[in-house]
Amino acid sequence: MTNANSNSPKPSLPPVSQVSPGVWLKKNLFSTWYNSLLTIACLALFYWGGNLLIGWTFTQAKWSAVTVNLRLFLVGYYPERLIWRPWTALGIIVGLAGFSRGIFSGTGNLFNKSNLSILTLLAASCGLIAPWVGVNSSIRLLGMLVLLILAATLGKKFGQSLFANLPGKIWLAGIWMLIFGLVLWLLMGGWLLDVVPLSSLSGLILTLLIAVISIVLSFPLGVMLALGRQSELPAIRWLATVYIELIRGLPLIGILFMAQIMLPLVLPSDVLIDQVWRAIAGYTLFTAAYLAENVRGGLQSIPNGQIEAAKALGLSSPLIIILIILPQALRAVIPTIVGQFISLFKDTSLLVIVSLVDLLGISQSILANPKYIGRAAEIYLFIGLIYWIFCYAMSQGSRKLEKY
Amino acid sequence: MAHAKIPPKISLWHNQRVIGILLQIVVISLVLAVFIFLGNNLVNNFQEKNIEFGFDFLSSRASFDISDQVIDFQPSDTYRQAILVGLLNSLRVMVVGLILATLIGVTVGIGRLSNNWLVRQLATVYVEILRNTPLLLQLFFWYSAVFLNLPRVADPWVLPGSIYVSNRGISIPWPAGTILTWLALEFICGSIILTIILVRRRNRAIQQNASGTPRFWIVFIGIAIATIVALVWGLDWQQPQLDRNASTIMGGLNFSPELSTLLLGLSVYTAAYIAEVVRAGIQSVNPGQWEAARALGLQPSLVMRLIVFPQALRVMIPSLTSEYLNLAKNSSLAIAIGYSDIYAIANTIFNNTGRALETLLIVMVTYLIINLIIATAMNWLNTRVQLPER
Repeated sequence: MTNANSNSPKPSLPPVSQVSPGVWLKKNLFSTWYNSLLTIACLALFYWGGNLLIGWTFTQAKWSAVTVNLRLFLVGYYPERLIWRPWTALGIIVGLAGFSRGIFSGTGNLFNKSNLSILTLLAASCGLIAPWVGVNSSIRLLGMLVLLILAATLGKKFGQSLFANLPGKIWLAGIWMLIFGLVLWLLMGGWLLDVVPLSSLSGLILTLLIAVISIVLSFPLGVMLALGRQSELPAIRWLATVYIELIRGLPLIGILFMAQIMLPLVLPSDVLIDQVWRAIAGYTLFTAAYLAENVRGGLQSIPNGQIEAAKALGLSSPLIIILIILPQALRAVIPTIVGQFISLFKDTSLLVIVSLVDLLGISQSILANPKYIGRAAEIYLFIGLIYWIFCYAMSQGSRKLEKY
Repeated sequence: MAHAKIPPKISLWHNQRVIGILLQIVVISLVLAVFIFLGNNLVNNFQEKNIEFGFDFLSSRASFDISDQVIDFQPSDTYRQAILVGLLNSLRVMVVGLILATLIGVTVGIGRLSNNWLVRQLATVYVEILRNTPLLLQLFFWYSAVFLNLPRVADPWVLPGSIYVSNRGISIPWPAGTILTWLALEFICGSIILTIILVRRRNRAIQQNASGTPRFWIVFIGIAIATIVALVWGLDWQQPQLDRNASTIMGGLNFSPELSTLLLGLSVYTAAYIAEVVRAGIQSVNPGQWEAARALGLQPSLVMRLIVFPQALRVMIPSLTSEYLNLAKNSSLAIAIGYSDIYAIANTIFNNTGRALETLLIVMVTYLIINLIIATAMNWLNTRVQLPER
């Protein structure tokens, strides 16, 4: 019986339905009278909004407020002679990102239609911004793109056999942590390099650094809180619950205030903590509570049978948690953790309220310059675009990551 | 067989209960140690800097002015009254913001599932833009790129329904608050209650003998006309008037640019999240429910109202609760654009008096109580809409 089918021709794909534009219009835009009305209203809105926006963009807006300060937005007041360090850091990150992408591409084509179109778009925009960022930077950016493609190809060719299995993935995570340390060293200096203190960083670099450091620090704390909240021991469960609910009931700005003002008060008076580290402490305490709730969702999704089976095998409680529960639980909540990171990235904009100069802070200080008075719309739209690109890329990336 | 009767001898270090108790003792003493360390430092620092702890500063003169006031406030009033004004300002933003965000969010969420391609794309673009940029940036944008660029007060935009929009804010018609207003308001409330009673009675009548009650319609239309008359003329609406000489807009209800920005920014931002909640809720309803309802001959609008939405609501309410809580907490960003909510007032008081711990406690307790109220109300709603389990 099973052999009878093996000789039959391969099932062909369903025929691609050809829809004429008229039918498509009728079905999707003008199916009923109120749909037609909605379509017309939307078109009017598009026409009005588009007219306004295009007219403003090309006649009224003065984009020089953005193009002149491009460097300020990205690296802030980073010393000019040390600018090679952010570039190198970017190169390392791009290389490793490409390598990882190559590893996780599986059997699929790395250069399929959508990836190619994204690459083309990136290359085109790298070339097009040359008049404003200078030819040098433009060529460097194109070099990064080439590096990305090379690393991805390498990753697909050689990396997959090394890193695609489970211990390999742990190695890869380890390499990322190593690179994190390396990038921190490159940016802030110390040991062989000139020191650039964290408090003198500004712009997008500060935003990214604070977001990444905070999420890395809050991750173990969040996992511990989640385990604590699920614990059978009443005192631990109670403490974790109180912490999580207390922090989640407060606005972030209150917690940042607490970190800025209260932290120096509750520490010995001879201990001085830098303002940026105080902010990082605030973000870490805040994000840990939310991460804990996300991880708890993953912990609850694990069937009891897993724990019982592990107990039957004679594993001790800590080993059950580390080897059986956490790997499955964390895997289940990767999308929500990425979501948490996205909101942390957006929340770094609150640094401007505690007077640190992040991406939003640098735009505020540019707007305070009398030369750029009234150019708020251009500058806010530009940094909005930067935030948007990062957040959108991360959310799309997490959707891809879900599949592995 | 024989050895089963011997009680198993577990050494102290392998006894789960002993380990558990020990672990708890260790954790509690660690936490206590940290608290004692921090508290000790706090006391030392307070003594070093000659700060005292206490709430009696609340009775002294505030000597700063508040631009947005729900109740009357003078700089000669106390800090306690200033905090009350801030609290009322916060509550105003939260309540109006919740209503606006829900309205926009539900509309956009349904738009995401519309069978009209253009509407679907428009809703998607809305959600993707607003969810992927920081709220604070959006507030700054609305404030300095939109509201401050509006026409000057001498030459405002007049929208239909006597709504005046200028860079001094938005003015809308508002009931004058005379005796007539309250009478009309009472009448409207009464007629709404009467209508609910009538509809219930009619439904019961239909269930009992399955025949229509035509007389009901006459009563219902009568009530509707009376209510509309009371609404339009009875409430004693006060139209905003432009006084060109004094360059002000008199009468009506005026939202300052800060309040308008905050309401617009918060509700538009939260609406993007609510839209996703609504979309997920509607998509969670089994397609068979749609098909069955259509097969019974219900119209699309009735399918939505009677079959799909009540079921989607059960899925939506928990996530909706957390979005509402987020809106309440995010309202504290008011300080960035200069609206005097409770956090901004507390911050001003801290700058004036240097009382960090006290103001922080006041803000914390206030937000915790507000969150508790919202969470309790939504949980009550949640238990109401869940299917009663047997």
